[in-house]
Amino acid sequence: MKTENQKAWFFVLPVLALVAFNALIPMMTVVNYSVQETFGDNVFFWQGLDWFQQILRSDRFHAALGRQFMFTFLILIIEVPLGIAIALSMPRKGFWVPVCLVLMALPMLIPWNVVGAMWNIFTLPDIGLLGYFLNHTLGINYDMTQDPVAAWVTIVTMDVWHWTSLVVLLSYAGLVSIPDAYYQAAKIDGASNWAVFRFIQLPKMKTVLTIAILLRFMDSFNIYTEPFVLTGGGPGNSTTLLSIDLVKIALGQFDLGPAAAMSLIYFAITLLVSWLFYTLMTKDDLN
Amino acid sequence: MQKRSIVPIIYILFLMLPIYWLVAMSFKTTNEILSGFSLFPQTFTLENYATIFTDPSWYWGYINSIAYVSINTVISIAVALPAAYAFSRYRFLGDKQLFFWLLTNRMAPAAVFALPFFQLYSAVELFDTHLAVALAHCLFNIPLAVWILEGFMGGIPKELDETAFVDGYSFPRFFATIFIPSIKAGVGVAAFFCFMFSWVELLLAKTLTAVAAKPIAATMTKTASSAGYELGLLAAAGTLTIIPGAIVIWFVRNYIAKGFAMGRV
Repeated sequence: MKTENQKAWFFVLPVLALVAFNALIPMMTVVNYSVQETFGDNVFFWQGLDWFQQILRSDRFHAALGRQFMFTFLILIIEVPLGIAIALSMPRKGFWVPVCLVLMALPMLIPWNVVGAMWNIFTLPDIGLLGYFLNHTLGINYDMTQDPVAAWVTIVTMDVWHWTSLVVLLSYAGLVSIPDAYYQAAKIDGASNWAVFRFIQLPKMKTVLTIAILLRFMDSFNIYTEPFVLTGGGPGNSTTLLSIDLVKIALGQFDLGPAAAMSLIYFAITLLVSWLFYTLMTKDDLN
Repeated sequence: MQKRSIVPIIYILFLMLPIYWLVAMSFKTTNEILSGFSLFPQTFTLENYATIFTDPSWYWGYINSIAYVSINTVISIAVALPAAYAFSRYRFLGDKQLFFWLLTNRMAPAAVFALPFFQLYSAVELFDTHLAVALAHCLFNIPLAVWILEGFMGGIPKELDETAFVDGYSFPRFFATIFIPSIKAGVGVAAFFCFMFSWVELLLAKTLTAVAAKPIAATMTKTASSAGYELGLLAAAGTLTIIPGAIVIWFVRNYIAKGFAMGRV
């Protein structure tokens, strides 16, 4: 059991100072922009909550938000079960374990713009490995710069390629922490594979899965560099996720006010959904 | 080989295909890449790599990246260790709220916070230094490090602390000589994650640097010139960005396999 000790605050102070410096000051700047209008030359006018109203009513924002939720939903329902399945079938002991882990972690170690660029070339219809195979060997008409469906398949596949290993690594960590005695007991009781998974493996993986799902939610909801480099938001606006739209407004059109308001709304949504996930997944621990 | 190992093998093949493609491309000339599809380099060339290793604006990109990633990893772990200990061992005013607040810092859309970051680091005169990027990356790395370390520390029984104090250990000595060694696997895993997320992040790194601390990922954008993309060079530079990560993960591989097994029991 934990003991009550207010001096523990001193241990947390350095973390607090560093994170607050990086989080609070920029956040205050964004809040400041979100309620003002500027015409350049650092002259600002009080605008109140107009930007928030304007964003919340705009179809463009709703469309981008819808695409963002669609993307994150697809990512979670594909990557989480797939990651668990792969972790379950991985070897537990021996030489192959580190080899598997190292190879699986490789995609995560590639800088995000490189990931986008390599997938872009990989899927080009005439010169890319995947694009050439699909178009010229299988005869499927696949070109993600023309076809929105192909573009979606490509960004989702790229993200599955890039991040499923995170779920695999974390689930695997949960799995190897289960003592052999549990499995032996289950064997004596004649438990089926499904029962072993449902009543031993899944509960033991719960903590790490919470981390995996939260991380995958937050990171896929804020994803920017990879899809931007891959498709640039196109064809049309079909893969313009929320963050891509945000940057278009903030840096492309230099509309700081609306962009700041939009990023605060965006942040609030991320926070709310993460809090829901976090509360739902940890509520049993509180009892 | 058991039948079930077919799943990881297929998965690894799927992971390796784009990487193979990138590596194969790095040994081709840009003309060959653009002229059509070929599975293997037809005219094998090392010219792309030669360009990178002889041009300072290229190889300094790697040195800069490695510099700020290392600084960030050291800072993140150093401050996360005591904090994780406090969260794992003590109850104090606002501990749960603080823990969740730390998490929320991973959620800020970096895309729009980039401009305020630029203003902030210019104001404290750290713009275009390795330290600026290292500190900025603390925003998302420290919460993760605290989170991972707290998990590992939770797996160490509290009796260990109590026995050490009864034996007359001072807190700093206990922490440095007994506690940290007993969670060294956790430190390895946390350091790996810090390294990884700092190494791959580009938006903030690019925003906070101009010349002196420019990261490799930003240097790569110069392969797009008026003459079109130099795909061979881009592929070679991309291939080289995988190597430091691969080396780090090879060194921490045992920590990752064993380490995860120890934590989160």
